[in-house]
Amino acid sequence: MKRATFRLAGVLAASSLALAACGSDDGESDEAGSSEASGDGVTIGIKFDQPGLGLKSGEDYSGMDVDTAIAVAEELGYSEDQITWKESPSAQRETLLETGQVDMIFATYSITDERKEKVQFAGPYFVAGQDLLVSADSDIASLDDLDGKLLCSVTGSTSAQNVKDEIPGVQLQEYGTYSECVSQLANGTIDALTTDDTILAGYAAQDQYSGQLKVVGAPFSEEMYGVGLPKDSEQCVEINEIVAGFWEDGTMETIIEDNLGAADYTANPDLNPPADMGGHCG
Amino acid sequence: MSAQQVLFDAPGPKAVARYRILAAAGIALLIGILGFIGFRMYQKGQLTAEKWSPFIDPNTWTNYYIPGFLDTIQAAAIAIVMSMIFGLMLAMGRMSDIKPVKWIFTAWVEFFRAVPVLIMMIFTFYYLSNSDWSPDNWNPFIGVIAGLVLYNSAVIGEIIRNGVQSLPNGQREAGLAVGLSPSKTRRLILVPQALTSMLPTLVSQVIVVLKDTALGYIILYPELLTRARQLGSAEANVLPAYIVAAVLFIVINYGLSRLAEYVENRQRAKNEGAAKKPNVNTAVPTEGGGATGQVPGTVG
Amino acid sequence: MLELIEQFNVLNAFWVTIKLAFFSAILALILGTIMAIFRLSPVGVLQRFGAAYVTIFRNTPLTLIILLCSLGLWGQLGFEPASRDSDTFIVDLNFRLAIIGLAVYHAAFVCEAIRSGVNTIPLGQAEASRSLGLGFLQGLREIILPQAFRGAITPLGNVLIALIKNTTVAVAIGVTEAAYALRNMMEFRPDVFLLNFLVIAIGFVILTLPTGLFISWASQKWVVRR
Repeated sequence: MKRATFRLAGVLAASSLALAACGSDDGESDEAGSSEASGDGVTIGIKFDQPGLGLKSGEDYSGMDVDTAIAVAEELGYSEDQITWKESPSAQRETLLETGQVDMIFATYSITDERKEKVQFAGPYFVAGQDLLVSADSDIASLDDLDGKLLCSVTGSTSAQNVKDEIPGVQLQEYGTYSECVSQLANGTIDALTTDDTILAGYAAQDQYSGQLKVVGAPFSEEMYGVGLPKDSEQCVEINEIVAGFWEDGTMETIIEDNLGAADYTANPDLNPPADMGGHCG
Repeated sequence: MSAQQVLFDAPGPKAVARYRILAAAGIALLIGILGFIGFRMYQKGQLTAEKWSPFIDPNTWTNYYIPGFLDTIQAAAIAIVMSMIFGLMLAMGRMSDIKPVKWIFTAWVEFFRAVPVLIMMIFTFYYLSNSDWSPDNWNPFIGVIAGLVLYNSAVIGEIIRNGVQSLPNGQREAGLAVGLSPSKTRRLILVPQALTSMLPTLVSQVIVVLKDTALGYIILYPELLTRARQLGSAEANVLPAYIVAAVLFIVINYGLSRLAEYVENRQRAKNEGAAKKPNVNTAVPTEGGGATGQVPGTVG
Repeated sequence: MLELIEQFNVLNAFWVTIKLAFFSAILALILGTIMAIFRLSPVGVLQRFGAAYVTIFRNTPLTLIILLCSLGLWGQLGFEPASRDSDTFIVDLNFRLAIIGLAVYHAAFVCEAIRSGVNTIPLGQAEASRSLGLGFLQGLREIILPQAFRGAITPLGNVLIALIKNTTVAVAIGVTEAAYALRNMMEFRPDVFLLNFLVIAIGFVILTLPTGLFISWASQKWVVRR
């Protein structure tokens, strides 16, 4: 019986792993049946829960990253209904590319040297900066005004650490995600929220918060958003040219205005159009 | 009948009047609290139609709550099955006649009953994230399962062992008398009996596991709570999304606890009909450091 | 190992854990006893209120309760048990909100433990107290509850142990207790991952094992012999 018990354990362990496999699949990819997409369509990784950047609501996808992805895919010869969207949470982006589950990623994907060891980046298609989100009637205009104020961010955020280093008097509230922070900011419980200005503008532009929140507009870092591609992709250079074209013909400005305009957000002219486009392939 | 029903006399007219006043005061207090909460939520704009209308949109359910619920159930189901298997092995090991084996298993069980589930989840999750042996998108799932199984297998092992210990001594003696070895006696006679009588405890343990999957929120496993948060982010209604998630959890767990009661009553009726057999549920382990399964113990 | 403990303030983190457990245990005991009295009382409304309390809080995940303490109690209801002028406002506030969440949750289990303690008392005790002319509250105070607490030492102790371990959930609103320390350690020192885990895990063993031993000793010593 002991042997039988162990064998049973083995079988169950194996089957539970199999269950896990299909489970985590249908958890993340509602319609991404074909994981090794190519040929007729293209699979693009985006955020599903980032208002203004990549948001899934019902069967609709919206946001700056989504619109940029659609425009790039179109230039590459894919119509919108040939695109399969796949959720790409921050921690999983490299894996999704390396294992070929997605062909490219547009998901507030900052270009870093560490990530370049695993994947390649086209672009940057946009340069964002860490900034502050405050309520519309707040008198916080820069980092210096934060002394003694309550700042919200997510656990382990580099942005919050940057602020804390600069202004030691600031008090930091940490939550698991930004949405809790935004909720607390909207009801006046905390004074400011910090992360990339695009993300902040995305929240401020939500209908439910219209007129209540504003992005301060004093960025204190540079975040280069690139198009994540697998190492073996040959589209990197092509995408660079497409994105550069978008900046020349005004497509990027339109996309930003469409998605983040409600928050009066415009691209930081000192950093955009991105300067060192194309240095991150291969 | 227990002491609970005889704590007070049947009320006379004066007592009835007093009880009425107390009841009215209680209701007034409750209405006051709820009214205050409602008023503050109204003031802060939480009771507007746009915060609550997403819940009548079927997409809210198909995109957030149902996938979240399925992921919660999936993690809980896998964890409970694996915990039972490992729990059985741990109980066997701890009852072994070989001293060193017994010591090792005892130490293992006591250790993992003493360490919080969340600590084991965080450890597994970050360890996997820093190693290459699993795909990254599996890490939250494996982290949740590992935490739940390490803890609950130890708890279930103890439930089984206590069940065995509370069996009448005659069962073991009878086994030995017909020539079975001590370990065979345990496997063939004692443990099967302990298993049937621990069924209600196991159902309560399922509630514990189900609640503990919500700890997966902290390591980003996409269970019910995480999905509620995503909904709150998309629709800008974080608080209503969490409140609905809380109601879902309460309904599910309340249903399960009723099921546990039902199983327990049925079993007790059966036991009383057959022979006098000690009910495992009354056996509360007193030694060692951990909490027992059925007691609040295992909370999360 | 010592260097690790120093670098991540592990001792401080465990001190926060102990304080969390201590204060929320006291609060939970008081609240749970009140709920138990409600459930035992002759007033139907209070009985149902006690029962509803237990059902609601026992079946909600603690993570959710603690989050709602921060987002709801503080964010919506404006309940702010700390001074805004203080330099450690957020730290104090989260610590106290976490205590409230832990206490509210575990009070439901305390209530059930006390009820199980009441069930260990023979009927004759309650009948004797009534025949002496003691009212409900008098009987409860003089006869029933003292015996109930002594009979409920083991289940109450199990709640306490669970509570000590559950303080880790306070990490959800950023309280810098043991789980918070472990997360930092795993993030910044992944090279010594096993040591990280062992340091924190053994800390909890040190907290819970003696508690468990004390409880079984206490339940032997104070058991009501009949």
